[in-house]
Amino acid sequence: MTVRTFNGPSLLAHLLPAVVLNSVIALGITAFGEHAFSSNWVYSQCIGLSIGTLIMLGIRWRIPDWETQWRRIVFIVPLAAAAGFLLGTALADVLLGNHSMAYWRTQPRKAWGFLILSLVSGTVLTYFAASRAQLAKERERAQTAQRHAAESRLRLLESQLEPHMLFNTLANLRALIAVDPVRAQTMLDHLIAYLRATLSASQAGTHTLDQEFARLRDYLELMAVRMGPRLQYTLDLPDALRQVQVPPLLLQPLVENSIQHGLEPQVPGGSITVRAASDAGVLTLEVSDTGKGLDSRATPLEGKGFGLRQIRERLATLYGTESAIKLVAGSAGGTRASITIPLKT
Amino acid sequence: MSQTSATALIAEDEPLLAQALQAELARAWPVLQIVATVGDGASAVAQALALQPDVLFFDIRMPGLSGLEAAAELADRWDTAARPFPALVFVTAYDQYAVQAFEAQAVDYVLKPVQADRLAKTVSKLQLALARPAQAAINMEANLEKAMAQLRALMAAPASAMVAPLTVIQASVGNAIRMVPIDEVLYFEAADKYVRVVTASHEYLIRTPLKELLAQLDATTFWQIHRGTLVRAAAIDAVHRDDAGKLHLTLRGRTEKLPVSRLYAHLFKAM
Repeated sequence: MTVRTFNGPSLLAHLLPAVVLNSVIALGITAFGEHAFSSNWVYSQCIGLSIGTLIMLGIRWRIPDWETQWRRIVFIVPLAAAAGFLLGTALADVLLGNHSMAYWRTQPRKAWGFLILSLVSGTVLTYFAASRAQLAKERERAQTAQRHAAESRLRLLESQLEPHMLFNTLANLRALIAVDPVRAQTMLDHLIAYLRATLSASQAGTHTLDQEFARLRDYLELMAVRMGPRLQYTLDLPDALRQVQVPPLLLQPLVENSIQHGLEPQVPGGSITVRAASDAGVLTLEVSDTGKGLDSRATPLEGKGFGLRQIRERLATLYGTESAIKLVAGSAGGTRASITIPLKT
Repeated sequence: MSQTSATALIAEDEPLLAQALQAELARAWPVLQIVATVGDGASAVAQALALQPDVLFFDIRMPGLSGLEAAAELADRWDTAARPFPALVFVTAYDQYAVQAFEAQAVDYVLKPVQADRLAKTVSKLQLALARPAQAAINMEANLEKAMAQLRALMAAPASAMVAPLTVIQASVGNAIRMVPIDEVLYFEAADKYVRVVTASHEYLIRTPLKELLAQLDATTFWQIHRGTLVRAAAIDAVHRDDAGKLHLTLRGRTEKLPVSRLYAHLFKAM
C-alpha cells in the first residue's frame, strides 16, 4: 500500500496560482498607491515567489510527516513570510535599481502593511496548497480502500471456485455421464447449487441454518463422488435450529479445510461430521474430521489459512466479542473446529 | 505400433477418473494392457516395481506421495539392468505452474477431463518412444538419466518463492525451547511426522516439514541428497558406492552412513 505523504506544496505545481495571486496583489497596490503597475508587479512576484519557496523549503525541512507535524506550519509561515518579504524586496531592488528598504525609515506604516500583506497571502497560498494535497490524498485513500475490498472479494471467490476443484469435478462429471447418467444429473444439480451459492455468498446478509446445511451437502456430495469410499460424512442439524439465521457459507471453509488438509492427504480418507447445537442462548457449530490431524499443519491456531482468517473477520464484524472460533485436535485423531455465536431466532 | 502388447499402470486417487482414463485408453490404444490401477503414490511405486509396466500414468495430487514424489522414488529404486525405466505421463486437472513446468521439461502430460484427441497424440508419442529402446538397449541408462533430470527440474520449480533465510532452529526439548544455530546443523532427516535436526553432538526433533525448511535454507549450503535428507555440503567427508551400485555418504564428526538417492547422485562426480 503506498499512500503518498504530503510533502508541502511543490513550487512548480503551485507556480501558476502563486503568480496569479501575486499579480492580483500588484493590481490592488497600483489602485491605491503611487507606483506604476510594472514596478509593483515585479516587487509582488519577487516577494510572493520568495515567500512561496521559503514556505516550501520550510515544510520539506521541518515537516517530513504532515499527518503528525502539520502544526509546525504555524511557525513556518510567519517566519518564511518575513524572510521572503525581505529577500524578495532586496531582489526586486536589485532588478529595478531602487532602494525601497528606505521605506522602513520614511514610511514605516506602509512597510508594515506590505509585510502583513505578505503574511496573509503566504497563509492563503499554503492553505490552498495543503487542502489540494489533502484532497488528492483522500481520493487516493478511497481508491486504495476500494481496491482492497475488490481484492478480498476476488480472493474469497477464488478460494471457493478453486480451479483444481472445479476441473476435477467436471472431469468426474464427464466420466459419470458415460457410466451412470442419472447419478451424473444429480451431481450436476449439486454443482449448480454449489456454484449459485458461492457466487451470491460474497454479498452480505444471512440465510437459515437449513440452507447452510443444504449447501454443505451439495459440496460434500460433489466431493463424495470424487473421493468415493474415502469420504464419509454426517450432517446433524436439530429441527429446532433449522430456521436460525447465519451468515451464508460460514462453515464452508471449515469443511474444505477438513477435506483438503485432513482427509485428502490420508490414503484411507476418513469421515466428516458437521453438527449444530444450542445451549443457553449460544449456538455452537462444529466441523470435526478423522483426518491427518493438526500436527502436520503449520501453526493452524494462528489461522494462517485464508479460510480461517476469513471466518474470523466475518464473525468479528457481525458479532464482535460475542463470537469465537476454536480449532483443536480431535479426541480420536483428526481435527475439530467449532464456532460459537449468539443464538438469534 | 509396437508388435507385443504394451503394459501400463494408472495411479489416480479418484476412482471415476481412473475408470475414465482406462476407458479412453482402451479406445485410443486397444492393445495396451492396464496391469494395475492404484489410488495413492506409495502403492504406485510398489505396484510399478512389482509389475514392471512400460507406461505410467501418474496423477499429480495423490494422498501420501504426490505423483512427482512417487516417480522420483520409483526412479531411485528402478533396476535399469533388468528393464528400461517406464515412460512417464502425468495427469492433472488444473495446475498452471505444473503445466508450464511440463512444457519446459518436455514431459508428457494429459489434462483432466481427458480429451480423446489429446490422448491420441500422447499415445502415438508413447508408441514411438517404446519402439525405440528395443532397437538400442544402450539407451536404458540414458533414458533414466533424462527422466531424473526432468523430475529434478519439476520438483525444484515450485520452490521459487523467496522466504527469509533461517538462522536458528527452535526445537522444543521438554519444557524448554532450544535455540540451535543453523551453522551447527550437520543434516536434517525427515522421520514420520517430525524432522530430525542433527548436530555434531546432539539431535533434536522439530515439526516443521522438510519442504518448508528447504525453502528457507541456502541450496548451496544444504544439499538435498534424498527425498527426506538435507545435508550440509561442507560437512560431507566421503561418498561411497556399494556393490549394488547405491551411493552412501559419511559426514565429518558423525559415524552414520546416509543414503544418496539416484535422483541426486549427479551431485557427486569426481572433478
